[in-house]
Amino acid sequence: MAWITGVGDTAFGRLEGETALSLMARAAGAALAEAGLERKEVDGLICGYSGTLPHLMLATVFAEYFGLAPRYAHAVQAGGATGAAMAMLGQRLVDAGECRHLLIVAGDNRLTGQGRDSAVAMLAQVGERDYEVPFGPTIPAYYALVASRYMHVHGLGEADLAEFAVLMRRHAALHPGAQFKDAITVAEVLASRPIATPLKLLDCCPVSDGAAALVVSAAPGETRLRIAGAAQLHRHQHVSAAADLADFGLADCAGRARAEAGIGVEQVDLLALYDSFTITLLILLEETGFAPRGQAAALARAGVFARDGRWPLNTHGGLLSFGHSGVAGGLAHLVEAARQLAGRAGARQLRQPETAFVHGDGGVLSAHVSLVLRRE
Amino acid sequence: MTMAEPLAAEFWQGCAQGELRYRRCEGCGATQFPPRPFCTRCGGATRWAVSRGLGTVYAVTRVERAPTPDFAALAPYDILLVDLDEGFRMMAQGAPGLGIGERVRIAFHRQGERALPRFDRHGEDA
Repeated sequence: MAWITGVGDTAFGRLEGETALSLMARAAGAALAEAGLERKEVDGLICGYSGTLPHLMLATVFAEYFGLAPRYAHAVQAGGATGAAMAMLGQRLVDAGECRHLLIVAGDNRLTGQGRDSAVAMLAQVGERDYEVPFGPTIPAYYALVASRYMHVHGLGEADLAEFAVLMRRHAALHPGAQFKDAITVAEVLASRPIATPLKLLDCCPVSDGAAALVVSAAPGETRLRIAGAAQLHRHQHVSAAADLADFGLADCAGRARAEAGIGVEQVDLLALYDSFTITLLILLEETGFAPRGQAAALARAGVFARDGRWPLNTHGGLLSFGHSGVAGGLAHLVEAARQLAGRAGARQLRQPETAFVHGDGGVLSAHVSLVLRRE
Repeated sequence: MTMAEPLAAEFWQGCAQGELRYRRCEGCGATQFPPRPFCTRCGGATRWAVSRGLGTVYAVTRVERAPTPDFAALAPYDILLVDLDEGFRMMAQGAPGLGIGERVRIAFHRQGERALPRFDRHGEDA
């Protein structure tokens, strides 16, 4: 069995004077300290990728920088799903007996080291270079196409999407490391600057500096927090190649992860879902089994995903308000879920949650990883 | 202009000649878009076909925040996913204000080195 024995992160936002490596080192140091491990005890290392430090071998670059000599190390690339994919790989490697203490880390100084314009241009290249990029799309535009179809099929409006921007901001207010904490209203989301209709500025996650890390071990720490189930799904890369923008097939992915953990949605206490845009949350909630189709916004209005609701969602504020620092942004969902299950979420602590469902999404709802974390 | 796929150059040459080209499988008859030399369904060989350029809007967005300075000069502009009548879906720019479900017809507009496909409302724009 594979256990999360330590997590660590930095604040997200504008962090002057840092590099991708220095941020990764901060999060990794915090995670090792929580796990009670020395560097020499780490025998496996998995890294994400960095926008400011594109390198063929980021894991060994970081191992050298930080002072690790693992028996197993490499980077993983699955876009926004990378954090969850690294955790799944960590679970599989520990289960296979390959590693006893595996460090998973990602960090990027995307905001100060790269800047918004450069990040927007870089991310737009995720599109198909010959058949999409020539038309001038952006990542928000890809998701906006998905949102237009979602709203058309379900007869919903921009205010329904906005509900989730408001919710994420409310949750971020309680996290000392969140990038955006000032409360916002649905009206303010609707009045924010248009980016790619129907998405406005406040429907989109920010560009941030930050890092996150976790340790996956072969024996439980005192928190007895297990990666109990994991599954992936990859059906397309580009939005124009997705068979049906109203059904990405995630019920299958989420169902396989929950089956491995031996649970259903009834046993889930806490949700940590990738939220690159507000529309991402509506689609993930509905397809992974936590809202009927077209009903995510109605359930949000009824308080289902609030801190005191049936399924508290992204209690750190998600990418939308905690911040999005590339791979670390998705890994931050896992860090928060682990903290909640461990009873270490401070002012954000929920009442004794035992099971978290985590879902990462990369590309344009292209690469998917579902995870179940359980306190045993 | 460098191209990742040899067929992409032929596709864009088609646009320059006012032709929307796609591939059709010689084995199973499936449409193949983006163009590839093989059919992603059955693995068979494909050959070029020319679309009538008529389709239906599947999804739409108006880009206000452009990805690069070049596109910023053109913003705002509409981007569509269009289901062509021959049975394939493609991204392209669209005339302003098109909605999901509307019938559209392709046209080609010079933009930089390319003739860029753009869809106009079909039936009332002549």
